[in-house]
Amino acid sequence: MAAGSSAYEHGAGTQWIENRAPTGRFPRIDLRELFAHRELVFFLALKDLKLRFKQTALGVAWAVVQPLIGVAVFSVFLRRVAHLPSEGVPYPLFAYAGYALWSYLTSAVQAASQSLIGNVALVTKVYFPRLGAPLAAVLPGIVDLLASLVLLGAFMAYFGVAPGLRTATVPLWVLAGVLLAFGIGAWVAALSVRYRDVRNALPFVIQIWFFASPIVYPSSLIHSGWRYVYALNPMVGVVDGFRWALVGTHAPGLEHLLSLGSGLLILAAGLVYFAASDRSFADVI
Amino acid sequence: MAGPAIVVEDVSKRYRLGEWTYPTAVEALLGRLRSRPEPEIVWALRDVSLTIREGEAVGVIGRNGAGKTTLLKILARITHPTAGVARMRGRVGALLEVGTGFHPELTGRENVFLNGAILGMSRRDIRSRFDEIVAFAGVERFLDTPLKRYSSGMYLRLAFAVAAHLDPEIVVVDEVLAVGDVEFQQRCLGKMSELGSEGRTVLFVSHDLGAIGRLCRRVLWIEGGSVEADGPTVDVIDRYLRSVVPAVARTSFPDEPAAPIQLLSVELTGETGDPVELPRRDEPLQVRFRFRTRERIPGLDLAVVLLDAQGLRVIDDAWSDTREAGEDATEPGEYEASLTIPAVLPAGRYLLSVWFGRGLEEFAYQEALQFELWPALGEAERSVRRNRVVQPPLRWSVRSRAQDSVRGRA
Repeated sequence: MAAGSSAYEHGAGTQWIENRAPTGRFPRIDLRELFAHRELVFFLALKDLKLRFKQTALGVAWAVVQPLIGVAVFSVFLRRVAHLPSEGVPYPLFAYAGYALWSYLTSAVQAASQSLIGNVALVTKVYFPRLGAPLAAVLPGIVDLLASLVLLGAFMAYFGVAPGLRTATVPLWVLAGVLLAFGIGAWVAALSVRYRDVRNALPFVIQIWFFASPIVYPSSLIHSGWRYVYALNPMVGVVDGFRWALVGTHAPGLEHLLSLGSGLLILAAGLVYFAASDRSFADVI
Repeated sequence: MAGPAIVVEDVSKRYRLGEWTYPTAVEALLGRLRSRPEPEIVWALRDVSLTIREGEAVGVIGRNGAGKTTLLKILARITHPTAGVARMRGRVGALLEVGTGFHPELTGRENVFLNGAILGMSRRDIRSRFDEIVAFAGVERFLDTPLKRYSSGMYLRLAFAVAAHLDPEIVVVDEVLAVGDVEFQQRCLGKMSELGSEGRTVLFVSHDLGAIGRLCRRVLWIEGGSVEADGPTVDVIDRYLRSVVPAVARTSFPDEPAAPIQLLSVELTGETGDPVELPRRDEPLQVRFRFRTRERIPGLDLAVVLLDAQGLRVIDDAWSDTREAGEDATEPGEYEASLTIPAVLPAGRYLLSVWFGRGLEEFAYQEALQFELWPALGEAERSVRRNRVVQPPLRWSVRSRAQDSVRGRA
């Protein structure tokens, strides 16, 4: 049979793909392969988004209802009863800005933790860069975050808080939040494949994390000696920056740079851990 | 001669068996005091090497658990080999399951895009082939209906339609055609031979030796994780059939108390019910088998499948085809079934299987008995060697038109 006669002749550009036994201590993080599968990631994220609103009466309104109720509770108990400060910004506004980002981050991490063990067929029956699963899981929440930003805008108008030049940096803080959610999400997704304990431990960890992050209180409340230790929590930099850009609380300083660095480190560690476990996902899951 | 499309070099794959978990934190602390039992290790593949050229259609056969799916998973890059390397030239489209990622809440249209993306198609490809996919599946009217309202037939057709419109250089298909009705299977096979004739490399795992015989010129037989045989379809299938079940006139199967339905024994007898050791092609053959059910199965159906040495399905006959009113095997208990095959089959080797199911659902399929059908007494060897599907007793009559004499010949 002459290959030239076939309707499906390979061009010279046809690539050899390889599947060999993993070697070496350090796994390879193949971001190019991930990029090549960006459409799959998009469709997986779209699926999650659509599923969330199928057969629901309130639809996208759910995205803002939850933080709204949270903020109402905080305003009554933490402001009125505990008299927490809010750096000169009306407390509901202060809490809502922090809580909106916090809600995104934690729900994204939780979705990512389910992204592999909730899609076993995907892992055992088809090939795709597995990193796409936690990535797709942290994307739909952005829609909710945008919805709550719209509501926040209305609040700002109501309380008479004007945006400024700093507001232009909001997308950067959101991006930082998405990357942080992706890093932690990749980590917990890979961990969940091995240890189903993650499902039980995660809500508990998130609860502690909530109190260790400046959501309902300002980070300026922390004593200066502890400030840098506190800033190791990557949430500090992202939330403070996001809030500063929106409602004009105190501007990010050196400790926030440290916090962002800590976030980057977590992202890198998450990706490395994921890539290392990736070798055996289909066998262990 | 086309160049290689798949090159597998010394590939091995190890699995750990059993409930194998990582030590918990407590166990890790106590690790010095108490050692955990070593997990049992199984080699699903052992030093497999093979080369498949561009445009070749290769069938993969072997018993359950022989390592066929593991090989496909390595070619599809779903799992890594423990040792060795597999190289594929071009994109691999793997179909290990029909409808992976289909979601019941999404509409048909949404699922086509999602599933297409999962199988590796770009959005542009899906869009340009969307109408073709929908027409192939025949679900135009249900495109905006959630998948959960589809019948199982529509679901399968849509799922296969997406997969059939992939455009990879290498197509790898696992036992996915076992689902669905005959028309669906025919359609799938037609599509696959189309892929083959377009010059794509096709690797096809199936228990349906007849389908393999039609699609593939070359067959790979995998046994216990190694390549047992690799060669022309007819030769390999013949060797495989000889090995699966020893040629005997009677087999019985060990008791499996957990099985809801179980084949107990199969026997070949003459028309009168007496056992035959050497069944001959010119005598009717009776197949008798006993089975036990351990739960109520309303509508239970049986079928007998007979494959010839080339894997061709000579007989596939279900009880329900001719069942009379009032006959059933619903209640749990032991049953005996028998059916008589008239003397129409040519001499040769046959594999007899028994199927238990209901409608399209399969409860069990057991390759039961292998037997040799012997030539008729006094039959010429030249006649035995000839290749044919049926050989009913035919009477010839040849007469000369010139003289009016008759020269009949049996």
